[in-house]
Amino acid sequence: MSAPSGPLRVAIVGAGPAGAYAAEHLLHAGTNIEIELLDRLPTPWGLVRAGVSPDHQDTKAVTGGFEAVAASPQVTLRLGVEVGKDVSHEELLAHHHAVLYTVGAPGGRRLGVEGEDLPGSLAATDFVGWYNGHPDHTDLPVDLSTERAVIVGNGNVAFDVARMLTLPVDVLAKTDISDAALEALRTSQVREVVVLARRGPAQAAFTSPELLALMGLPDVDVTVEPASCLDEDVAMPRAGDARGYGRSVSLRLLRELAQRGPAGADRRIVLRFLGSPVAVHGDDRVQALTIGANELETGMDGRTVVRPTGDEERLDTGLVLRAIGYHGREVPGVPFDEAAGIIPNDDGRVTQPDGAQVPGVYVSGWIKRGPSGVIGTNKYCAQDTVDALLADHAAGHLTEPTAGGEAFGVLLAERVPRVVDLAGWQALDAHERSTGAGQDRPRVKVTDVQEMLAVTGGA
Amino acid sequence: MTYVIIQNCCNDAVCVEVCPVDCIHPRPDDPAFTEAEQLYIDPATCVDCELCVEACPVDAIYPDVLLPEEHKPFLEINAGYFELNAAVEA
Repeated sequence: MSAPSGPLRVAIVGAGPAGAYAAEHLLHAGTNIEIELLDRLPTPWGLVRAGVSPDHQDTKAVTGGFEAVAASPQVTLRLGVEVGKDVSHEELLAHHHAVLYTVGAPGGRRLGVEGEDLPGSLAATDFVGWYNGHPDHTDLPVDLSTERAVIVGNGNVAFDVARMLTLPVDVLAKTDISDAALEALRTSQVREVVVLARRGPAQAAFTSPELLALMGLPDVDVTVEPASCLDEDVAMPRAGDARGYGRSVSLRLLRELAQRGPAGADRRIVLRFLGSPVAVHGDDRVQALTIGANELETGMDGRTVVRPTGDEERLDTGLVLRAIGYHGREVPGVPFDEAAGIIPNDDGRVTQPDGAQVPGVYVSGWIKRGPSGVIGTNKYCAQDTVDALLADHAAGHLTEPTAGGEAFGVLLAERVPRVVDLAGWQALDAHERSTGAGQDRPRVKVTDVQEMLAVTGGA
Repeated sequence: MTYVIIQNCCNDAVCVEVCPVDCIHPRPDDPAFTEAEQLYIDPATCVDCELCVEACPVDAIYPDVLLPEEHKPFLEINAGYFELNAAVEA
């Protein structure tokens, strides 16, 4: 095999944190590497823009490092390009030594209960996209004329949604929440948000920092039901058991909440444990949710098993949000594990169902390991994948591309009316920030793709 | 005095890289890292050099004396992670 001559060319598909961290690691690996960073939207940074809650602006500052990566002369930003539609996986691979998928997990998991498709029953992931101005979700039919909303699931997405439904509008008005969501929340009738979890506090999916954020909400009572769920003693976590430590902190905070009791605030959040959704009811839209009570048992293998007690309760509600996890989507031409919602891989090297490596194809972030961890988790996930890619390149396992960056740019220009580059994104970013400055907000998001393209084109 | 990591920690661990006394845990090479809700500063080891504050991309690190009221619980939460380890090793 002849020694590689030109630069190593890598296409990264998905410009969220996983993609940005992968590009950063590649930049650290050397100067003879060309990186194409693609995204199907005209805006980069994935869930930092469209997932991280508008009231968590400090967290969004993580994009400062990503902007520096995008500004490197080794990186070409190509936004508004959808792989599988505008350009095929095979075409991408022909123009690069390697293709690294960091497409995340955009779909919400389903409950599998009767009535979950009634108007008023929504995926929390779509609701998050709606209030964050994601172009796919601007038309989401959100009706906030109900006094009670129920969120099924108690991970950090559930907590984000609970905060957004209970924060004072004057606080939200100082954020980069979408204008449409701000208007809808102004007239919201929601006074109670029930956050429903199948299991108990010791198995909670939320993290203690997010529980503290909930407890710190102004004029919102946070209560825990049933009170008996806090009786169970939890073993002291072992040294180095970071998750166990977090849960022990959460349990202590929940007990503080239970002791504090409600203060009679205008809005309340009920953290309800040991309950499963049984059915969503309504004639032409959601009117109620039946919750089945659960108890926990320790199974033969020592794991906690959820068992329904048979007791059921019907709660009146006009809004049910399912927040029981994200699920990946298939990229045409790339292997996909539908059950796990990930691209099957061996430490970031994409594999066929029989375990054989697919040469030149890699994966990182949620589409590699499933939707878990925080933003920085993706940095170390990306490091492992980039290490594998570079090792394969050094070993001569990557096929020389048949064409380079210039040809790739010509191909995209034929397929996509307007590909947004770094200057285009910077124009949109500046436009959003300057509109925001006039309203004492960090930015006012453009949420329509055509309008985005007009701004990026300098129109 | 010590520095304290608060709610919006993103676990990107640049603070761990710049810390001269290795007082921020879990480290990325620690198996606990992927399971950690946030990173913690050991008040018994921290030398108040402030390098982590400058490195943090999301402004999640404060000196204890300037900790905003709503983030006061993080003082105990940071310290507690190391007490856990000390209790087991003792």
